[in-house]
Amino acid sequence: MAAASASAGEQYNYDIVRKFTVMALVWGVLGMLAGVYIASELAWPILNLDNPALTFGRLRPVHTTLVIFGFGGSALFATSYYVVQRTCQTRLFSDGLANFTFWGWQLSVGLAAISYMAGYTQAREYAEMVWPIDLLIAVTWVAYLVVYVVTLTRRSQPHIYVANWFFIAFILATALLHIFNNMAVPVSFFSLESYSLHAGVQDAMTQWWYGHNAVGFFLTAAFLGMMYYFVPKQAGRPVYSYRLSIIHFWALIFLYMWVGGHHLHWTALPDWTSTLAATFSILLLLPSWGGMINGIMTLSGAWDKLRTDPVIRFMVVSLSFYGMSTFEGPLMSLKSVNALSHYTDWTIGHVHSGALGWVAMVSFGSLYHLVPRLWETTMYSVRAIYLHFWLATIGIVLYISAMWVSGIGQGLMLRAFDEYGNLAYNFIETVSFLHKPYVIRAFGGALFVTGIIIMGWNVVMTIRKGRREAAEIEARIAAKMAAAS
Amino acid sequence: MEEFFSWFTKMENTKPFVLVLFFVTFVGIILYVYTGNRRKQRLESYKNIPLDDDANDTNREGNEQ
Repeated sequence: MAAASASAGEQYNYDIVRKFTVMALVWGVLGMLAGVYIASELAWPILNLDNPALTFGRLRPVHTTLVIFGFGGSALFATSYYVVQRTCQTRLFSDGLANFTFWGWQLSVGLAAISYMAGYTQAREYAEMVWPIDLLIAVTWVAYLVVYVVTLTRRSQPHIYVANWFFIAFILATALLHIFNNMAVPVSFFSLESYSLHAGVQDAMTQWWYGHNAVGFFLTAAFLGMMYYFVPKQAGRPVYSYRLSIIHFWALIFLYMWVGGHHLHWTALPDWTSTLAATFSILLLLPSWGGMINGIMTLSGAWDKLRTDPVIRFMVVSLSFYGMSTFEGPLMSLKSVNALSHYTDWTIGHVHSGALGWVAMVSFGSLYHLVPRLWETTMYSVRAIYLHFWLATIGIVLYISAMWVSGIGQGLMLRAFDEYGNLAYNFIETVSFLHKPYVIRAFGGALFVTGIIIMGWNVVMTIRKGRREAAEIEARIAAKMAAAS
Repeated sequence: MEEFFSWFTKMENTKPFVLVLFFVTFVGIILYVYTGNRRKQRLESYKNIPLDDDANDTNREGNEQ
């Protein structure tokens, strides 16, 4: 086994995958802890502690950046580097450039979090990083594209497996989005502040073109790449329909680009743009559900694995949440529904059903598949994986339910009129109504973060176990060699 | 030639044009993917790529959860 393992280690660059895997969990724990803290601040404002760095306004981008780019981004780097090597049967191009992407990405995420707490932000949703960090991200991303594309060109496998299509679309689209959304003129060379190159409603449109495509390409297409490799691997069965995956890819990639305008219904955005975005959002239901069905049907004939394999449970639940949130999204993009849902917590609940239910759960499943293979051992505790699964699932359900209650209640209260045409509720009444759902949301989030802390512990113990086993094998080989000589 | 390019600058021309272009392309992809028995077999054979890399999966037994 040791000889075989050594050959795999030489064939593939697993070191970079290990690094990103560990950092995904580190950022995941920190980012989700920040999320629970700011959720608690909304329920109990005293937690602001009169410290500007700890206020909701500063910690909220810390939370989103750490979970989306720190946790999600690192998980995507890890899995994409693993998948491209395995499916192309070739080693990742340039260890040095791959390491550069690691340090560039970690530095960007860390500096972003520190700068937000210090009060520096571009105030663009999911793109709050100040311009020097934007430049660092751009350079890192180009290096990522080079590593990925050159690896693809060096493949031994004639066909490029569909998971790589999703990853490459994610890399290309993210480069495009990042550059155009962050075009800005710095106040001075030594200032962290800048002015956006876009103005007025064009600026708003650019921000939401970026914002929704960050969801579409970063948080959906890329994680579908993850799904198309790790679900078949864990299930031990090929994907249900490869032809459906091709249609899924092209339809999804084409439709997502147009839907950003649905974040700006009933604003200064031209009505036709808004309608176009809503129309494309409805159309998106088809490829989204096509992909979800393709993933779930991969288990067709192997449903018994759900009873015995907690990793498959993570994957199936993630696909279920993917289906649910991609139904809810088009619904909320309709102008009439949006008039109720927008500017309320329903949006927050929707985002988290996608982010926790789909993105985090499919990442957990994929990382649980990956970790034992990277450290050539078995997971330290399977029971801890079951525990993580239930904590995460119950946590999400509590979170989303609380946000439906608070969001829909808030929306109804804000537009309720009495018989004289006056507003039925004043603003503070709508705020006090939110308290109980906020407490439940914070509790649900705490369950979810407890789950990832348990996962972190389980992974650390697995790594130690893998190292111990490797040391034992080496010692045994050394003893045999000594005896032979 | 200038007239040809200026035709594209008018939204009432470009909108139906790209609608037809994208629709025909998408229908073309569907027809390509879902017609032809040999093509079907070839495309569906690619689904095994993740499972075929097991030859290099050195610790497969040990990794079963």
